[in-house]
This record gives sequence, C-alpha cells and structure tokens, in this order.
Amino acid sequence: MTQTTHAGVRGSAPDPGGAPRRPRRKGGLVRALAPLPWIGPATGLILFVVIWPVIAMFQTSREHYSSLGVLVGSAGWNNFTRLFDEADLGGVVVRTVVWVVAVVGATVLISLGVAQLFNKEFPGRRFARWALIAPWAASVVMTSIIFKWMLDPNNGVVYVLLKQLGLVKNFNTNDTNWLGDPTTAFWCAVFVAVFVSIPFTTYALLAGLQAVPSDVYEAAKLDGANPLRTYWSVTLPLLRPALLVAALINVMNVFNSFPIIWELSGGGPGSQSATTTIFMYQLKQSSIGEAAAMSVVNFGFIIVIVLLFLRASKWNSAED
Amino acid sequence: MTTQSIAAPARSRRRPAERRNLPRLRTVVLAGSAYVIGLVFLLPYIEMVITALRPAGEIKDRDYLPHHFDFSNFTNIWSTGLGTNLSVSLEIAVGSTALVLLVAIPAAYYTARRDFRGKKVFLLLVLITQMFQPTAMIVGIYREFLTFNMIDSVWALILVNAGFNMAFAVWILNAYFGAIPKEIEEAAVVDGCSRIGAMFRVIIPLAMPGIVTALIFTFIAAWNEFIVALTLISSLNKQPLTVKTSDYIGQYSTDWQHLFAGSVIATIPVIILFALIEGKVVSGLTSGSVK
Repeated sequence: MTQTTHAGVRGSAPDPGGAPRRPRRKGGLVRALAPLPWIGPATGLILFVVIWPVIAMFQTSREHYSSLGVLVGSAGWNNFTRLFDEADLGGVVVRTVVWVVAVVGATVLISLGVAQLFNKEFPGRRFARWALIAPWAASVVMTSIIFKWMLDPNNGVVYVLLKQLGLVKNFNTNDTNWLGDPTTAFWCAVFVAVFVSIPFTTYALLAGLQAVPSDVYEAAKLDGANPLRTYWSVTLPLLRPALLVAALINVMNVFNSFPIIWELSGGGPGSQSATTTIFMYQLKQSSIGEAAAMSVVNFGFIIVIVLLFLRASKWNSAED
Repeated sequence: MTTQSIAAPARSRRRPAERRNLPRLRTVVLAGSAYVIGLVFLLPYIEMVITALRPAGEIKDRDYLPHHFDFSNFTNIWSTGLGTNLSVSLEIAVGSTALVLLVAIPAAYYTARRDFRGKKVFLLLVLITQMFQPTAMIVGIYREFLTFNMIDSVWALILVNAGFNMAFAVWILNAYFGAIPKEIEEAAVVDGCSRIGAMFRVIIPLAMPGIVTALIFTFIAAWNEFIVALTLISSLNKQPLTVKTSDYIGQYSTDWQHLFAGSVIATIPVIILFALIEGKVVSGLTSGSVK
C-alpha cells in the first residue's frame, strides 16, 4: 500500500515544496545517513534492549558460575552437556509441545466462534465486548493468582460449586487438590492460558472479519451456499492472513508464557508440570549457566517457529 | 462498520414479512450467548473484587459472598505505602510510553513515506523484536544491566518496557501513516508549512487514532509487566504495584484479601482504560499487525 502511493506521487509531480530547499544531488554518504535521525533512535533502542541481552545470554551460557553466582571461568559447552543430561528435560520438551499446540489450538477454535458471534449485530454488543476485554487488560500474573485462589483446596470457589453439584465430596482432599497433581495442574494451566489468549485472538479475528467485503457473502448466497458451506469456503480463506498472524503471536506468547504455570504449580511437583520456559527459571535457582543454556535452546526454538511461520504465510501471503 | 450498514438494508429487503419473528428469536439467542460469554470472562475479576471486600474472618468461608462487605482491606493496604508503588508503576508506564512514541513515530513515519536502503532490514528487525519477550532472556537482561550498574533502577525498567513494546507501535503507526494520502501533506507544504511543521500540524493529528491505540497498548503492557521488575528491583520503595502485591504471597501462607485489594487497585483502572478504546482496537488491529 505504502509503495503504491509513493510511486504514484513521485511519478506524477515532483515534490514542489521540498525541491528548492534540498539539493538534487547528494553525496552517497549523506544519502545513506539521511534515514538515521528518523530510524536511528528506534534501532538503537532495539540493539540496546533486545539484541544486547541476547548476546549476554549466549556469553553466560558458556561461562561457569559458582553456587554463589560468582564467575569462575569459561565452561566451554559444559552448561549445554549438563542441560542435555538433565533427566527431566525430555518430559519438559514434550510437555512444551503439548502446551503450545493445545493452548493455541483451543484458543483459535474458540475465538473463531466468539468472533463470529461478536461480529453480529445485537443490542448490548458493546457491553459484551467490554467484558471480553478484561483478561486482556488485566495482568496475566493477577489472573493466574485469581485462578489459584479459585482452586484453593480449602475453600476455592470452583470446588464450592462442584460440591453443590455433588462432584466433589470433601474439601482438603485429593478431590480439591487439582493444582497439587502434575497432570491436573498442567491442564488447569492450559485452561487459564486459553482464557487469557481468547480476547486478543477474538479481536484480531474480528478485525479480519470486518475486512471481508459484504458482496462476497451476497454472491455466496445467490449461489445457494448454506451458511456452513459459506463459512468454510468463503469466510475462512479470507480470514487466513488474520488467522496466521493471530496464531503466530499466540504461539510466541504461549511458548514464552511464564506466570500461569509458575503461579499455579511452580512447574512442580519437581519439574512434572514445567515447560521449557519454566524449567529455565527452575534451573536459574541452582545454576545460572545452565539456565542461560536453556534460554539459548529456547531462543533456537523461537527462531525455528518464526521461520516456519514466515514460510507458511509466504511473508503475509497475497500482499507481497 | 460500513459493510454492516450496507448489508443490513439489503438483507431486510429480501426477507419476506412472515419471517419477521424468526430474526427476533435469533437476536435473543445471539445476545443471550454473547452475554453469557462476556460474564464468563468477567467472573474471575468479580471473584477478585469479592475477595478483596471479604472481612478477614470470612476469608476461609466456603461460600460465594461474604455476610457483609469490608472496605478495610483497601484502607489497610493503602496505609502500607501503596501510594509509592502506584507512583512507581505510573513512572514506568508513562516513561516507557513516552519513549516508545518518541522513537516509534519518526521511524514509522519515515518508513511509511520514503524508500531507502536498509528499509527491509529495519522492518525485519522490528518484526523479529516483536517475537521476543523479556521472559525468555531474563538472564541476559539481568547481566546487561549489571554491566551498566543499573540494577534496582526505574530507568532500566522504562528502557526494557519501551524496547519490547516499540515493535508493535511501529507496525500500527506505519500502517496509519501509510494510509494518509501524501497530497494532504504536500498541500500543507505549499501553504507554507515546513516539513516538520506539516508532520506536526497535519500528519500526527490525522494519525491520532493509531497513536492513541499504540499509546494505550504500551501503557498497559508496561503497567502489567512483572518479571523484569521482580528480577531487577530490590528496594521496596522502587517496586511497581505488580511486584508489591505479589509480596502478599508468602511461602507458607498468603494474605489473600490484601493481595486482591492491591490487585483491584492495579487492575480496574487498566480495564476501564482499555474499555475506552475498545472501538479503536479492531480498527487498530486491522490496519496494524493484521493486514
């Protein structure tokens, strides 16, 4: 879009106000440096805040720290060997894959439905949309803590309800200790992650739905397509760009997600409900070097995911 | 919006009169399910407010509502000096938002208006930055600020929050600036505005919806940030609200009613702020990241 307006204007009329003031021919160096005042500060901020820590992280992964956190010397690849020797690592990686696939899959499926619903006209739509925004605006840490409280073994409101329904017999027993068991704790965390991811995803899909021109639907209707068929072969393909971007942002958020599992179960017992991000924080308690090695491995995962997605979306599909 | 208003009359024209009852039932079902979904998403926050209002003696009760509401949790937590933490949170959020706008507006404007060597590289760098989160590189962040002797500094938090939220602002603003016809700007220049003057008098006002969206997104992200603050800040009087309230979670017992009173103070203003721009969120996402 930007490119076309640009080319059009440049083709038709040379910029009347700017031309006399600015010399036509500039030295190559001057021209190369011209963008600097505009994009320099942004680039500087990215280099300082994002790229520097990445390098620092790589350095730390090759260093040996004493148990008190004092730098002792180089560790070579020892931190990585020790990391790959961790008995829990295999389970943690598998769990991370399940975590990302389950959370993003459920989030996208539910959000597709919710977006379809919230795109319809009905009285009070504004209020319903406002309510949906709450988990997005609130911090994930707070939301996770609230869920932990609602699953308190002694008086969690979820168990209070389940007890009235006869599904839970006694408080302070295994019935009410979902967060103490690694499997149920993990699935509770999946639930919370889906809960906090739905608002953004729904809004991204709503934005995609509103960009679909209405005559497309009219045409489908004239062709006699039923609503389900219209959705499948008209709406979904047109939603593809929005869907891809929403899914990619979700994959990143969910993969990097720390507060949900950390607040609900701490990744425990042991590392039995941990993902790689949580495992990195668990390692940080005992060995900074090994934690840094874990972050480097995580970093590798992120790069791979980004590359896969760039390829899948062919760099934003139709546009380029 | 426009698609809806065009579609609506066309649909009603086609619909025969005897089916008028049916859409009404449909609307009721639609609205009903939307309200239920909305309520589900509010429930945890309602529970948060209820717990914050529970008297200390009723905190362990197995019921939905306390016998009476007690506002002393709020006054108690406020008297522990929560005002200081509130102002730290404000400093961080306002500081990083200002910094983001300061660096993102020129960058987005220039990339939307000009072609230059390295433009693709810059935009790719921004895109990649958007994929990273401070959580994943906390070890590196700590080490960097240790090098610069900026541990326990609010400035470090402002920088980190600005750096990790700038990408989104650049994307949104780039789309907004790109959508403004260049002729408008040219006209202003003909009328005697300087380039910079045209940017301030014409372009920025026209891109205001985008700027507001970017502003609120950054503000909320910085306001809610927890892990970097927890890692970098050690002084009690420099803790933002998120870190301060989590102090009520002890290793053996948690002071739930005060924890949630603090959470209510930290959360409700942000939800209201977000609700204010609800209408703009969709259009912001349409022209910004989702394109």
